[in-house]
Formats: sequence, C-alpha cells, structure tokens
Amino acid sequence: MSNKILVKTQLSANVWRMRLDAPLIAKERKAGQFVILRTTCEWAERIPLTIADADPEAGTIDIIFQTVGASTKELSLLNEGEEIADVVGPLGKPTDIKDYSTPGRKGWVVVVGGGIGVAPSHPIAQAFRQAGNRVTAIMGARTKELVIMEDEMRKACNDVIIVTDDGSYGRKGLVTEPLKELCEGEDKPDEVVVAGPPVMMKFASLATKPYGVKTIVSLNSIMIDGTGMCGGCRVTVGGKTKFVCVDGPEFDAHEVDFDNFIKRLSTFKAEEAAHKCRSGLFG
Amino acid sequence: MTAKERMSIPPQEMPQQDPLARARNMEEVALGYTAEMAKKEASRCLNCPAKPCVQGCPVKIDIPAFLAAAAEGDFARALAIIRKNSLLPAVCGRVCPQERQCQKFCTVGKMFKDVAKAVAIGRVERFCADNVQAEAGEKAAPTGKRVAVIGSGPASITCAADCARAGHSVTMYEAFHKPGGVLVYGIPEFRLPKSIVQKEIDGLKDLGVEVVTDFVVGKTRKLADMKKDFDAIFVGTGAGLPKFMDIEGENLIGVFSANEYLTRANLMKAYVEDRAATPYWHGRKVAVLGGGNVAMDAARMALRLGAEEVHLIYRRSEKEMPARVEEVHHAKEEGVVFHTLENAKRILGDDDGRVAAIECLKYQLGEPDSSGRRSPVPIEGSEFVFPVDTVVVAVGSGANPLIASTTPEIETDRKGHVIVDEATRMTTMPGVFAGGDIVLGAATVILAMGEGRAAAEGINQWLAKH
Ligand SMILES: Cc1cc2nc3c(=O)[nH]c(=O)nc-3n(C[C@H](O)[C@H](O)[C@H](O)COP(=O)(O)OP(=O)(O)OC[C@H]3O[C@@H](n4cnc5c(N)ncnc54)[C@H](O)[C@@H]3O)c2cc1C
Ligand code: FES
Repeated sequence: MSNKILVKTQLSANVWRMRLDAPLIAKERKAGQFVILRTTCEWAERIPLTIADADPEAGTIDIIFQTVGASTKELSLLNEGEEIADVVGPLGKPTDIKDYSTPGRKGWVVVVGGGIGVAPSHPIAQAFRQAGNRVTAIMGARTKELVIMEDEMRKACNDVIIVTDDGSYGRKGLVTEPLKELCEGEDKPDEVVVAGPPVMMKFASLATKPYGVKTIVSLNSIMIDGTGMCGGCRVTVGGKTKFVCVDGPEFDAHEVDFDNFIKRLSTFKAEEAAHKCRSGLFG
Repeated sequence: MTAKERMSIPPQEMPQQDPLARARNMEEVALGYTAEMAKKEASRCLNCPAKPCVQGCPVKIDIPAFLAAAAEGDFARALAIIRKNSLLPAVCGRVCPQERQCQKFCTVGKMFKDVAKAVAIGRVERFCADNVQAEAGEKAAPTGKRVAVIGSGPASITCAADCARAGHSVTMYEAFHKPGGVLVYGIPEFRLPKSIVQKEIDGLKDLGVEVVTDFVVGKTRKLADMKKDFDAIFVGTGAGLPKFMDIEGENLIGVFSANEYLTRANLMKAYVEDRAATPYWHGRKVAVLGGGNVAMDAARMALRLGAEEVHLIYRRSEKEMPARVEEVHHAKEEGVVFHTLENAKRILGDDDGRVAAIECLKYQLGEPDSSGRRSPVPIEGSEFVFPVDTVVVAVGSGANPLIASTTPEIETDRKGHVIVDEATRMTTMPGVFAGGDIVLGAATVILAMGEGRAAAEGINQWLAKH
C-alpha cells in the first residue's frame, strides 16, 4: 500500500484537497465512511478524515482538510509524489442510502454542508441521487472565498443553494434559513443529512425538528483508533452511549446530545494550543 | 547441594528503581537480576519429583529442568528448555501472574508457608530471555500454503511463528499502525519496554512473516474475501472493546476508558510532550475504577503523567484483586491510594461539563459468587463525595466485534467470544481458526500465547489434509 499523494490542490486559504493512491480503500469504501491517517512515522497523531470521493478503478481516494492544528498543517506541507505514512479505512458505517420515491413523486433528500462539511456531503449527495432521489444541497460558508466543491456539488445535485455569512456569494445568512423554508413547504424533504461545524449541526437539527423531518448528522468527534477500541469518540444518542467510529459517524440528529458532544470536542483544547506553539508551524 | 543448603539461600530480591523516582519516569521499574543472582535464585529449586510448578504453568514449561541449567550458569540451555513451550519468555517473565501459576505450587514456598518465598521462577526466566540470544530454530521446507494471521498480539505472534516454522507463507494483518497488540498499546513501557516487543516482531520478519499494518479486517477487506487468497486464517483480534460502568456523568470531559488513557501514552507516546502530536489529559486528582492489571497500569501511568493524587477504587477487598501482586505492591509503593470495598456511583461535573468530583458507595463482602470470589454488597446510605478532575474506567473489556459482525459464518457466544472446536481451535467457518482474548475473554499473555500455539497446530493439521 503506497498512500502516495497523486494530486494536491488548494481550495481556499486553509483548505486542501489530496488524491491518494489507496486501492483497497477505494474499492471497499461507501458514502459516509472515513479514513484515519498519520503523516510522519514516529510522533504523528491519528487524524480522522472523511472520504470525499473515490475511484475504485483508478484505486484512488480524495480527502479534503482544513489546517486547524499542527497535524493538518503538517499534512498540508506534503507534496505530490510524497507518501503519507499511514492511511487506514474505510472506517465507520456507510450512510443508509434509500430511494424515497413513490409512484408519482420522486424522493427528495436535502444535504446540508457547512464549510469543509461539504466534503462529506458530496458522496452522500451522489449516492442518494444515484438511488433515484432528487437531491438539493445547501452549502454554507463564511465568505465567498471559502465555498468549496461548488462545481462537483452542482453535478451531484439537482439544485444547489449557497449561503454566505457576509452575503459575498449566494444568499446572505445561515444554512438554517433555507433549510427551514424547505421544511415549511407542503412537500417536505424525506430526509436531511447535515455535515459541518458542530454548532451548525446543532442548529440545523433544531431547525428541522418542529417539522418532524428525518435528519441525520455526521459527527466528527475526537478519535484515536477508529475501530471501537478506546471509547474516546463516544457521544450520547437517545440517552445511550454510542461510539462514533463504529456505531456512526451518522446518527439521528434529533436524538444527539449536542451540548455534551460540543463540550467533549474541547477536551484537549489547552494541550493542542500548547502543541501548536511548540510545533513552530504557526509562525 | 543438599536440600537444606538450598533452603538456606535467601530469596534474591529484584533490583528496582526507587519508588518515588520511578513514579515520575517511564523507565522500567524492575531492573532484572545479575547472572550471580539468577544462579543463586535458580539454586533454591529443590528439583522435587512431583514438579507441582509445571502443573501450575498454563503451557507446562519444564521449570525444574530450566532452573537446574540456570543454576549451573548454562543460561542458553535454560532458555532453550523454556522456548520449547513458550515463545515469549522475555514478555511472560515480566507480566505473568506467577504467584497464581507456577510459584503458587512451588514446594519451597509451601515449606516457608509463604508464596512470596517460592523460587522466583519468572525472574530467572526473564534473566535468561534478556541475556541469551535465542537460537533461530529450524524452518521446514516451503509448503506453498498461505496463512493469514489477523491481529498482532501474543496469540497472533505465536501462531504466525509456528506456522512460518512449519513452512507456510504467513502474512500478519494489524489494524493499528504498529504491531504488538496489547503489548504495545496497553501494557506500559515501565513494565514492559517496547523494544522487547519489537524484538519479537523482528523475529517474525526474520522467519519470513510479512507484517501488514493499517489493515482492519472486516473493513479494509472482508474475511470472506481474504479466504479466497489464503488456505487458512487465524483470528487473534483480542478483547479490545472497553466496558464502561453505565453510571451518571460517564461522558463528562475528563472521563476516559483505560484503553484510551493508556493508548495515548503508550502507543502514541503522548508523554513525550515536546515531540508527540497526540495530546494527553493533564489530570491532577485522578480516580481509577477497577482492580486488575489494567487499573494498576492506568493508576501508575497517571502518576507518571504528573498527577498529584491517584485513587484506586475497587468494589471488593484487596484479596480479590485480579492484578498481579507485584503490581499492587508497586502501585502502593509509588503512592497510589487504595480504596477497597468502595465503588463509584456517579461522576459529578462542573458548568463546563468537566469532571469535578466522584460519588462513591461503600461495600461489604457477602457470599461467594459464581466466580468463587465473595461478592460485594453495597451498604445503604454510605455515599460520600470527593473531588477529582479525572476518572479512568478500567472495569474490563469485551470481545472485539469487528470480525464477527462482518462475518456471519463465524459463530460467537452470548458475550461475543468466538466459538472454537476444543481440539482443533477451528471456528464454525472451515479453515478459519481463532485464539487468545477473542476466544477466552480478557485473559493473560501466557494463555493467549498457548492458544496461538494450539491453533497453529490445528492449522498445520488442517493444511496437511486440504
Ligand atoms: C493494560 C493491560 C495490562 C495487562 N497486563 C497483563 C499482565 O500483566 N499479565 C498478563 O498476562 N496479561 C495482561 N493483560 C492481558 C493481555 O495483554 C492479553 O490477555 C493479551 O494481550 C491477549 O492477546 P491476544 O493476542 O489475544 O490479543 P491482543 O493483544 O489484544 O491483540 C489483538 C490485536 O488485534 C488487532 N485487531 C483487532 N481487530 C482487528 C481487525 N479487525 N483487523 C486487524 N487487526 C485487528 C488489535 O488492534 C490488536 O493489536 C493486560 C491487558 C491490558 C489491556
Ligand atoms: S475512536 Fe476509539 S473507539 Fe472510536
């Protein structure tokens, strides 16, 4: 297994896309699954990243990441032709894809991607469309420069709604606004799938709840192994403890305890800030 | 030497790091015998005809024979005798619960009416393994058969070695980025230096075993698909599923499974703070729940990660603790505070969702339960609270479900343990064998090793016919 970086592109100031040579993963992966990777040999940490796209024939997978900490920064410094030390996957359960179509009405699925959350939304949109549904995407970003994968999402979906916080592109506002409008109508979406920053997922979940629209969130908790062995990724869903890496990453949004989930994400905040300083990667 | 002279040799104390110094470093605690000490300790064996120690050894090492060789200073012969039955003496010499196995039955200990005065079989074993280069051993001519070994813990290491020696071409698959199983991610450096485990893995490679990491069988490839490429498969995926207590507050920030707590430190080397990217939790007042080896390791690791106070909370009395006595003893020496006959009832958090305190309940011992241990009974109204900022849950682990859940042909019992045929170690899927913690439940290194060996025999017999 080579894990070679075949193509590297910069999508925005802090967001990168890489195509990796990973034939076994490319062959097995399904929408909704992720990989865990490590950049260098001895001291690197294990970083979970969603598989944004894959080509089983060519044996490649695509990952998209934002440089948020020392490890993603280090990953962004690797170049085409170089190899990533470890890539393991596909991990997690695939998205539960079904065709909601009934005689006379095509099934309707809305995928909501906030910021880099568009990356996991992409294969999910593709899969629902391929199954026979109509797919609407709502893509949110802070500003125009941070809108990623627009062309691919337009190809994968029937309609695309873009919103930016500052109104520099598409509608001004938050993803929850168009989402609410879609749910208010007579004809409601059969399912909404949300991926993005935790706070956005929480509010998207609150937005659909009054309408009783089935809503799935793709959670990005802290992980180590990704195989159910440490429990570090656990979340509370419907009052029960679940492991995101093996029971998820997708869960019924209306059952997730978002407040606990968001708090748990901050577990190592202080340690990570200290490491960022020490790593010397952040100027 | 007469029996009387042998009995008059004082038990050789194991040289060890000073308790207070070692509680703050990661170096090995027990430093190992000198050759002189190993000879003296081995000379304490009376070579009694009944050999009760051998009966106590799960893999039936000819203990009196290896001790006799060691007493003569022929450590190479001693090691060769051990290796006939155990592939991992450097590991087992360090981590076997000897006081409950070979040394429990030792006649010398019986005569002193004190198991602590039995011949220190494990320590002599460790000396031989550390100081003699093991012979490579013969390897049969290639059979052309292919064997996949899944997992890289002691069961898998042993099975891979025995299958490779039998001439089969062996590939080992490990989910993590580093092979070794619990020996690398669970048992800490201060008890089992990782260089020792690496030596065993290098030994496998020398035997021609191919080691593939970052490969999760069931996810990266289904077992049924691998079956097409291999003539036989061994499943040694261990008991890696952490159990929680199912009490209030268990998902607060600062509550960890022992697996996570130890993996961060051991496998990811988080304690080397200026290099490692993986963070660890800087707990100051730590509560560890449990009384086994895992709990001892977590408690002692907490000290080494800078904790000011470490409280070990265990439901039964010290006598019932499943941990090795030496670990209990070491933990106490290092300053871990033992709370026996107490159990966590709930964990209390602050406004930020972080651990602030733990509420415990006192217990007393009742009638013996099915395991023969006296079962703990809670004392009504005995709740009390004390402040902590970290809770590590070490109350056991279940069978790793990844393979069974993706391979319907493999049957498991009620608890998820893989069912195997007693004689051949074959699962309900023809050509697929299993052993170690995935079959036994969380057990010991020596039992996993023995199982790996028995399965290799089953595989060799199966391959002779298929
Ligand atoms: C902290 C701790 C301390 C311990 N202390 C002692 C002690 O002092 N003495 C003692 O005798 N025993 C001790 N034990 C128990 C002992 O380590 C185990 O009984 C033994 O390691 C079991 O060996 P195994 O080969 O069955 O599995 P493991 O050592 O658990 O190895 C299984 C391996 O399989 C891998 N794996 C799992 N699923 C897959 C998959 N689908 N595909 C690929 N790979 C997979 C895992 O990543 C793991 O590396 C301790 C255990 C722990 C956790
Ligand atoms: S990441 Fe360890 S159990 Fe999920």
